[in-house]
Amino acid sequence: MTIDRKEFLRMTGLSLAALAAGRARAAGRESARDAVAARRWAMVVDSRKCLKKAGCDLCIRACNRSHNVPVIADRRHEIKWIWKEPFQEAFAPAAGGFANSQYQDRPFIVFCNHCDRPPCVRVCPTQATWKREDGIVMMDWHRCIGCRYCMAACPYGSRSFNWEDPRPYIRDLTTEFPTRSRGVVEKCTFCAERLAVGKAPACVEACEPGALVFGDLEDAASELRKVLSTNFTLRRKAELGTVPEVYYIV
Amino acid sequence: MFEKAIVGGRRYWLWILALFVVMAAGGGAYWRQLQSGLGITGLSRDVTWGLYIAQFTFLVGVAASAVMVVLPYYLHDYKAFGRITILGEFLAMAAVTMCMLFILVDLGQPMRILNVLLHPAPASMMFWDLIALAGYLLLNAVIALVTLTAERQGEPPPRWIRPVILISIPWAISIHTVTAFLYNGLPGRSFWLTAILAPRFLASAFAAGPALLILLCLVMRKVTRFDAGREPIRKLTLIVTYAMIVNLFFVAMEVFTVFYSRIPEHIEHFQYLFAGLNGRASLVPWMWASAAMGIVSVVLLLIGRTRRKESTLGLICVLVFLSIWIDKGVGLIVGGFVPSPLGAVTEYAPTFPEIAIVLGIWAFGFLMVTVFYKITLSVRGELGV
Repeated sequence: MTIDRKEFLRMTGLSLAALAAGRARAAGRESARDAVAARRWAMVVDSRKCLKKAGCDLCIRACNRSHNVPVIADRRHEIKWIWKEPFQEAFAPAAGGFANSQYQDRPFIVFCNHCDRPPCVRVCPTQATWKREDGIVMMDWHRCIGCRYCMAACPYGSRSFNWEDPRPYIRDLTTEFPTRSRGVVEKCTFCAERLAVGKAPACVEACEPGALVFGDLEDAASELRKVLSTNFTLRRKAELGTVPEVYYIV
Repeated sequence: MFEKAIVGGRRYWLWILALFVVMAAGGGAYWRQLQSGLGITGLSRDVTWGLYIAQFTFLVGVAASAVMVVLPYYLHDYKAFGRITILGEFLAMAAVTMCMLFILVDLGQPMRILNVLLHPAPASMMFWDLIALAGYLLLNAVIALVTLTAERQGEPPPRWIRPVILISIPWAISIHTVTAFLYNGLPGRSFWLTAILAPRFLASAFAAGPALLILLCLVMRKVTRFDAGREPIRKLTLIVTYAMIVNLFFVAMEVFTVFYSRIPEHIEHFQYLFAGLNGRASLVPWMWASAAMGIVSVVLLLIGRTRRKESTLGLICVLVFLSIWIDKGVGLIVGGFVPSPLGAVTEYAPTFPEIAIVLGIWAFGFLMVTVFYKITLSVRGELGV
């Protein structure tokens, strides 16, 4: 293929224009036309509503499906983004021995707390995990060296490491989201990829009883703030100063 | 100078061959780990660091302990250490190299290791640890090489090396301090969340490192003409005695704080290590063995007769070394992960490939020490084999 001078100049001009347009778009808050943005994403889990459907795991299944989370039987090698924990584990050591049995027996949905002061981000030696301006704690699976320092730092056990190749363990593969390679850490990302195209997180969308409320903590008019201001909520291990941004109604 | 390492007798080559066999086994096991991932180790979602990182932690101590011969010799002009100071520096170089290898084999994506430099994260203690270790390796390499070359030519070492040596003293303290910071800045890990971790690391390092150096001197006296002399061995023994006592004292401080305050999250780790938790107790015999060896070694160190007699001194040094190796190389890391922040008691036991990799790196360390010491003794004409 040969390019004459005129063609070359035209292509250069087009590239520059495209570049400028890209910059302009990046400068705005929204990178895609339909994206939903917030100053501080947060979530409320209304565990009372989780009881409405016995053995409900819609949120877990939706998350696993949309993120190619492998299902590994060996407990040591498990990958978990969102899962159930009993009250006394999720809220250790705050849980007492003789609390109302309805709390004790209720499963609590746990996932990454997207902390305001995330210890995982602080310790990462390559900035492969970082906090976005909207509060989401993100992961770069191409930069992660697999040192697992973030897993030692997370006081919530929210991070998983790919001890082996996860791909054979993915049940229904989606091409909408990347799979991971072995040797990297992964966790919940508040569905940053869905927010970018204007969709709610997969777990929130899948939850039939409406137990998960997702929204902007900084927006006083948001549904999230309404729920927070009218209910008593707990946060997991708030005393550690990590400022978790997932709130639980018990 | 390095040509001295490739001439040697039958015994020398047999030893080298044995090391290479162990290294080859370790290399093979690592190849398998590269192919299939860290899943071939005994590590898990709950216990994410194990034998590799524990060896790293222990060996940072061995490396830092070189300061126990460097400081008296260079800062206080303690002449008796003149013959063994360089042995301490070479031991430090081997230990730091092993540390780096242990970090490398622990990585899930080792080919991305340079990301640590490409995307530096000054908030991360791991970033600083790599810098501290690399710097310490370089310092010791320069110091050992320059002083040995001077010795070979029968000249005093050049004047510019003195400030380099002086820098290496606080640097040695820093490598083990930063290594402690790796663990004791994590909010959810109560076992490590203690300000005495770094002092405890240093105390145990200054016991285990010199104990190893004494053992190496005793071995060299047997297989070469090199004799470290009575005086330096006695001084090293004194250092081991003080350091071991301080180490046990620090452990006692930790135990008091944890058990008198009775905060469950702090107690549970000690319960798991020394009594078992939820019926799981695989580390209990190890931890009691470590405690017993530590106490027995201190008693024997305090008795003048056993401390001075060479045969019992060898035994004491083995006890000190093993006690601290178990404490730091087994209990400290695994104990921090059990129970998990969610209360899970998941036990960890290394697998065969994992142990093979560990032994392979130890063999590599021994190879480095052997070659370095061989060169040193050849230069001094004290080989005698």
